[in-house]
Amino acid sequence: MATLHIDGQAYQVSLGDNLLKTALALGLDLPYFCWHPALGSVGSCRQCAVLQYHNAEDSKGRLVMACMTPVSDGLRIGLQAAEAQQFRSDILELLMTNHPHDCPVCEEGGECHLQDMTVLTGHTSRRFRSLKRSHQNQYLGPFINHEMNRCIACYRCVRFYNDYAGGDDLHVLGIHNNVYFGRHEPGVLENEFSGNLVEVCPTGVFTDKTLSQHYTRKWDLQAAPSICMHCSLGCNTSPGERYGQLRRIVNRYHGEVNGYFLCDRGRFGYDFVNSSQRITTALIKQQAQSDPEIITKHWRKLCVDQKIIGIASSRASLEANYALQQLVGQDNFYQGLGLQELSLIKQVLALLKKPPATIATLKQVESADAVIILGEDITNTAPRLALAVRQALRNESFTLAKTLQLARWLDAAVREAAQNQHSPLIIASCHSTRLDGVASEVVSGNPETIARFAFALAHRLHGKSPSVSDLTPEQQLQVERVAKVLSKAQRPLVISGTGSHSSEVLAAAANLIKALPASHKMMSLVVPDANSIGVGLFDGSSFIEAKQRMDKGDIHTVVVLENDLYRHGEHAEISDWLDSVKHLVVIDHSLNPTAERAELLLPSASFAETEGTLLSSEGRAQRFFAVMPLSDQVKHNWRWLALAAADNWQQFDQLSLACYQAIAELEPALAMTPNAAYRVHGMKIPRQPHRYSGRTAVTADIHVSEEQQPQDLNSALDFSMEGSLGHRPPALNPGVWAPSWNSNQAVNKFQDESGDHLRGGDPGVRLFDKVYKGRWHPPAKPLPHREPSELVIQPLHHIFGSEELSNGASAIKQRSPDLYVALNPAQAQDLGMRDNDPVALHSRYAQYHLPLKILPGLCTGILGLPVGLPGMPVIEGGTTVKLHRLNNGEAGND
Amino acid sequence: MNSFKLCIDLILSQFQTLGTVLQHTFTKADTVEYPEQQVALFPRYRGRIVLTRDPDGLERCVACNLCAVACPVDCIALQKSEDQEGRWYPDFFRINFSRCIMCGFCEEACPTYAIQLTPDFEMCEYDRQSMVYEKEDLLIDGTGKYHDYNFYRIAGKSIAGKGKGEAENEAPPIDVKTLLP
Ligand code: SF4
Ligand code: SF4
Ligand code: SF4
Ligand code: SF4
Ligand code: FES
Repeated sequence: MATLHIDGQAYQVSLGDNLLKTALALGLDLPYFCWHPALGSVGSCRQCAVLQYHNAEDSKGRLVMACMTPVSDGLRIGLQAAEAQQFRSDILELLMTNHPHDCPVCEEGGECHLQDMTVLTGHTSRRFRSLKRSHQNQYLGPFINHEMNRCIACYRCVRFYNDYAGGDDLHVLGIHNNVYFGRHEPGVLENEFSGNLVEVCPTGVFTDKTLSQHYTRKWDLQAAPSICMHCSLGCNTSPGERYGQLRRIVNRYHGEVNGYFLCDRGRFGYDFVNSSQRITTALIKQQAQSDPEIITKHWRKLCVDQKIIGIASSRASLEANYALQQLVGQDNFYQGLGLQELSLIKQVLALLKKPPATIATLKQVESADAVIILGEDITNTAPRLALAVRQALRNESFTLAKTLQLARWLDAAVREAAQNQHSPLIIASCHSTRLDGVASEVVSGNPETIARFAFALAHRLHGKSPSVSDLTPEQQLQVERVAKVLSKAQRPLVISGTGSHSSEVLAAAANLIKALPASHKMMSLVVPDANSIGVGLFDGSSFIEAKQRMDKGDIHTVVVLENDLYRHGEHAEISDWLDSVKHLVVIDHSLNPTAERAELLLPSASFAETEGTLLSSEGRAQRFFAVMPLSDQVKHNWRWLALAAADNWQQFDQLSLACYQAIAELEPALAMTPNAAYRVHGMKIPRQPHRYSGRTAVTADIHVSEEQQPQDLNSALDFSMEGSLGHRPPALNPGVWAPSWNSNQAVNKFQDESGDHLRGGDPGVRLFDKVYKGRWHPPAKPLPHREPSELVIQPLHHIFGSEELSNGASAIKQRSPDLYVALNPAQAQDLGMRDNDPVALHSRYAQYHLPLKILPGLCTGILGLPVGLPGMPVIEGGTTVKLHRLNNGEAGND
Repeated sequence: MNSFKLCIDLILSQFQTLGTVLQHTFTKADTVEYPEQQVALFPRYRGRIVLTRDPDGLERCVACNLCAVACPVDCIALQKSEDQEGRWYPDFFRINFSRCIMCGFCEEACPTYAIQLTPDFEMCEYDRQSMVYEKEDLLIDGTGKYHDYNFYRIAGKSIAGKGKGEAENEAPPIDVKTLLP
């Protein structure tokens, strides 16, 4: 602790940070541009100037940049001193000399850090009369707009994009006053985190193109705290709605999970909510039915029969799955996953429930000093994790900085000192990955090889871990090298997951985690969906196994909850399965091949209109809330399920409580989020900003008198601009705003004194915090013998295209790859196949015709099959298949 | 002593007031016999709102939403749209005149002089629903009170017919490839 004097007042602060961060954390207003809490200080914009006094007698002081000044005991600072204010206002005036007269037609307007700082420094009228510099813009792809005229050359964009996110296609071009931030030529920004430029750039140079297409100012967006639905990490988001349409997603700060950044799938995948594929009315035998009584009657009729089963969903909430289980009964509850998928999830869950190491939060991932990734393409299956891993690689440079007595936030100096030194990253994969460039060791091999490598590694680190024989001398050397690195590490992290469809890889990862000698070891296991872990807590076998009961006539009605079964097996197999269903009821929000076959299709709410709890891959239970009210005939998924039976759970809280009590693991979650009765100063929390406009005109075309605001009985939030503006718990905070801080930088007013966590605690509850000893898993079987003509299916994941929901967003669609199957170049040559050749793939059920893609970096013996692309065959990883080139005349799938 | 003087003053002031009132009996009336007689209104009178066009005859409103957020009764709603070449305009623009208090805040907030109040207050309707005006009802053909201003000529955003560097007081676009100062 140290005493810091600011404008004559003493504050108790902790040492180690820079003055700017400390002052902001104290709640003071100090303008800045180039500093970013996650990017550190470079001191280039000169906006954060303050006076530093030598001692109590010194009244003159000298100008210093707060972001470059370490806090020291007894430091005396003049923040409001006239000279400092004058300096800051002059700097702003200089930055504004070339700024265009754009605010009214600028997407940033109303949440612009430059606007805020301009007002804060008091620069109100333009004196500069010379010509303004102008720039041409570039096309940057479907996600981001570019309007270079608005740049103030703070360098935040390139520092984020290149230094932080590892991108290599955004540059500073030109010289002196002409610098230009863009690509070497117009084209799609390739980095998976490009969307963060929208929030990182303090001006309107980079703005959200998808928002622009249905633009709404921040003050007009109705928002709610939400959780990203597009992978298993559970990043916190704040989606915004206007006129019944979801208009955008921005990051919602979480000190332990996503911090300041989201990936592009999470940010731009929201548009499926507005898609024409949404189900808006109930369909009975394909006929639209709007009479609620007829629907309920039909629905109940199908349910009274005891011969009913339910199929769960890993993209629906815990509560919805629980409601389904209650409706059909425990014995009739099936997981909506294929056999392999389910057993992998069970394997992961077993590891999570008794973790042999700390299950790392994303923040903890950033603290790892050695990372090993086993068979998981995290950039594509859990993108935000890849960004965290990139930060972990900097720990080596922070250690170096310490020896040089450099503070870690002195960004440019630390990077300069470290040059290209990275903490070790070991990647074991059957194809090249986006992280290879920063990896210290790449182990290339199919999942079997990866598993054997990890088993051997575990054995090398811990004698009791089962060994494997028949490694090649080269592999042995690699094991030796990696073992050395890992045994030295104090905070090693093992990342694996279900991505390579291999239980061996998971078992080997478990052994490795257990074998690591470090006391602060960590693990992170990736699963496919937002609630894969949550639904895994329910007992139930794969729906595939219900087939026998159906064939026996044991089952009449099948209720599918938000699940497209066609994504969990081959088309022929699933069609056959569905053919034996007598009455198919599907509850879903968007049309999909399963929903199209439903006898009764019930329209449920998307994540933007309902609420629920999700369990992230970290085992963190988190609540998401409805952003907008339900439209006409749509109901919450859990309400449909409640209606079918006893019509219990009128309110979400009742269901949530029942669900948490029913599942032992969820007990800690009971105290998680304030319930619907929670009030701030006796009032609910408004979803709409207090400057929300047009309330008496929005629906005036339909009826001139305003309707009552829709009531929300399910949460402490209200669909209104009225309510308490006072401090609300972070889990209930729809978005950030503070007086003078209209941009997202207002988040500094919501963080605790350290600036690292949210005041009131980061939301969510971790369920599996206790570390266990774990057990050794039996070693891999010897490698099976395969004919050269036999190929083994290996899933290839795509950040854009592999996830079901985001595929409904048009911007994401534009970035998804076309259908293909992939072969390694040498093998393709052996088989006499060339890039783009039409090939036929023979599986157990069918023959598929697809174009071939030659993929350098892919292992031999593997046929890469992209996951989840609409129209792509779904075949379990590890399946052996045959491939042949199609001759002219052979065409059409059979 | 002072209170005695105060008393006298107060009494005198009563007579003064009576005198003033009496005087008005003989002066010309300020009120007019509306509707037989029309009212003389000044150009800056705050009445029925219009949306104007710029000197080139194009819609002035850029759908910036500033009027909507400034409106104390929240009676303006609109939606931004954008043409092929980057010009912002409102897709719809609605004013609920049954709520409008003619305060003029919207006009003051408008950065383009698009929204203007006019000297017309004759907006009585039998049906309140008819007080809801859409863009078709609001948009006029002229420039209203401000004849010369054209926002897009000054803004840095390019639109059809005005590329980068062609706005007022703007230098031609930078060639990033040159190394010359
Ligand atoms: S970047 Fe900010 S200040 Fe500049 S035009 Fe846009 S809103 Fe206005
Ligand atoms: S584009 Fe934005 S982030 Fe990049 S230098 Fe310019 S103002 Fe800063
Ligand atoms: S005159 Fe006042 S009340 Fe009427 S629309 Fe404008 S701002 Fe709103
Ligand atoms: S303030 Fe002016 S330009 Fe902006 S939306 Fe209103 S009328 Fe249009
Ligand atoms: S924020 Fe300190 S110099 Fe830019």
